[in-house]
Amino acid sequence: MAKKSGGSVVWSLAVPVALLAIWEGLSRAGVINPMILPSPSAVFLRWIAYAKPMMPFDPVEGTYVAWLFSGELLHDAAASLYRVVMGFLIGAGLALPIGLLMGTSETVYRLINPLLQILRPIPPIAYIPLAILWFGLGNPPAFFLISLGAFFPVLMNTIGGVRTVDAIYVRAARNLGASGATLFWRVILPAATPHIMTGLRVGFGVAFIVLIVAEMIAVNNGLGYRILEAREFFWSDKIIAGMISIGLLGLAIDTGLSRLSDHLLR
Amino acid sequence: MSASDAARPEIVIRGVTKVFEAEALGTVVALNGIDLDVAKGEFVCLLGPSGCGKSTLLNAVAGFSLPTSGSIRTNDVEVTAPGPDRAMVFQEYALFPWMTVAKNVAFGLEMKGASKAEIKEKVDGLLATLHLTEFRDRFPKDLSGGMRQRVAIARVLAIDSPVLLMDEPFGALDALTRRNLQDELLRIWSEWRKTILFVTHGIEESIYLADRIVVMTYRPGRVKKIVEVGMPRLRDVSSPEFNTLKRELTEMVMEEQRRHAEAETRPAMAD
Repeated sequence: MAKKSGGSVVWSLAVPVALLAIWEGLSRAGVINPMILPSPSAVFLRWIAYAKPMMPFDPVEGTYVAWLFSGELLHDAAASLYRVVMGFLIGAGLALPIGLLMGTSETVYRLINPLLQILRPIPPIAYIPLAILWFGLGNPPAFFLISLGAFFPVLMNTIGGVRTVDAIYVRAARNLGASGATLFWRVILPAATPHIMTGLRVGFGVAFIVLIVAEMIAVNNGLGYRILEAREFFWSDKIIAGMISIGLLGLAIDTGLSRLSDHLLR
Repeated sequence: MSASDAARPEIVIRGVTKVFEAEALGTVVALNGIDLDVAKGEFVCLLGPSGCGKSTLLNAVAGFSLPTSGSIRTNDVEVTAPGPDRAMVFQEYALFPWMTVAKNVAFGLEMKGASKAEIKEKVDGLLATLHLTEFRDRFPKDLSGGMRQRVAIARVLAIDSPVLLMDEPFGALDALTRRNLQDELLRIWSEWRKTILFVTHGIEESIYLADRIVVMTYRPGRVKKIVEVGMPRLRDVSSPEFNTLKRELTEMVMEEQRRHAEAETRPAMAD
């Protein structure tokens, strides 16, 4: 088993390593203009510089741990994480109860569904002008846009999850004496949880995309802001370093959600 | 069983008719004028080919889908909704996949509002009875079909329902597991004195289990014949009596099966 997975690591790394080597070679040979596409080593060095503390350690300024986390990258990552989590919580927090209600009540579904079908195809990014008009600059318009991004996937999957709960679970539960609220909390909600978890993951993915766009318009820190700033200075190595950081943050969050989902759906 | 018990049957079905409006088939008369009494502690099998309405009748007794006309009374109470006095065991097990075995078994007791201690005692006892003790913390997906059906049986026994409704409960199991569970069911039935209404299309299964076998006709579902199985249990499936009865029942069921096959192929020929 260990041998096999060891072999598969070699296999899965072969192509990326080869590509990096070719890219590095071409850059060093001067074939590629470093302004357009910097070498992997330059990106890596820039990423280190972006990640590490800007000032040398000084005990007067604070503790060693605080100093360790004083780099620009960690500040940006924390700011981005804060925005996406807040926006996601608002969006998913609204979508969940509405979705559960629409899933259980045919009347509510019929009343609200037409409006949702009209609003749903509008990409959250189209709300940027309104978001700035309504919420000004800073975090509020970002929260608004990100929550919009998370809202619809969570809502649609919650409605679908509740509406498609296998009738046999409901039959069995009613047969065993469950009804009303107990039936909902003990049977319908857990039976819909796989769908809802899918909605949360998709919703988070959209929220993350909207996060980066939102950070390019209204704020002055965060990973999205940083790559736009780097473009102003033609720091293409920093743009790529920022993109890699965005990817790593997204991967970390999705892994976390996937673990949570596995735990809930054992 | 005392004389007064026998005088007042547990399940009384009178003139039950069920009509469906199905898109593809138009109006379907699934059941037509069914009369049937099931005595307390009796084991009755509903036997017939698919489309004879045996599951429809069971669902009507369960209260999932009420008859179009006629009446069903259990224990002198008219059936109007599903309830824990008529516990159902489904072919698809219908265990809750997000609950452990023990939680599944405890569900009905929790719905009743039983105390923690009472639930624990009952669940432990039932798990032991059905040889599930070491699987108590497993989830249904980790169990075989036979084990899952044991859990489903334990789950309905927990609520102590006088009537057990079983909808082809062993239909999805392999032959050996099926026999094993049939014996288990007979043991539980004789120990707990339940009234069982058991739907099957297995002729041998019905003879092996039932006191009486109700053979039903293909659409509209009617009672074709009620057969008493006089043999003592456990019944020997290779005995001459068993096989005489099996031949007789097979003939009746196959007659209905042929009507079923004809009805299925008729629209195709019209095309």
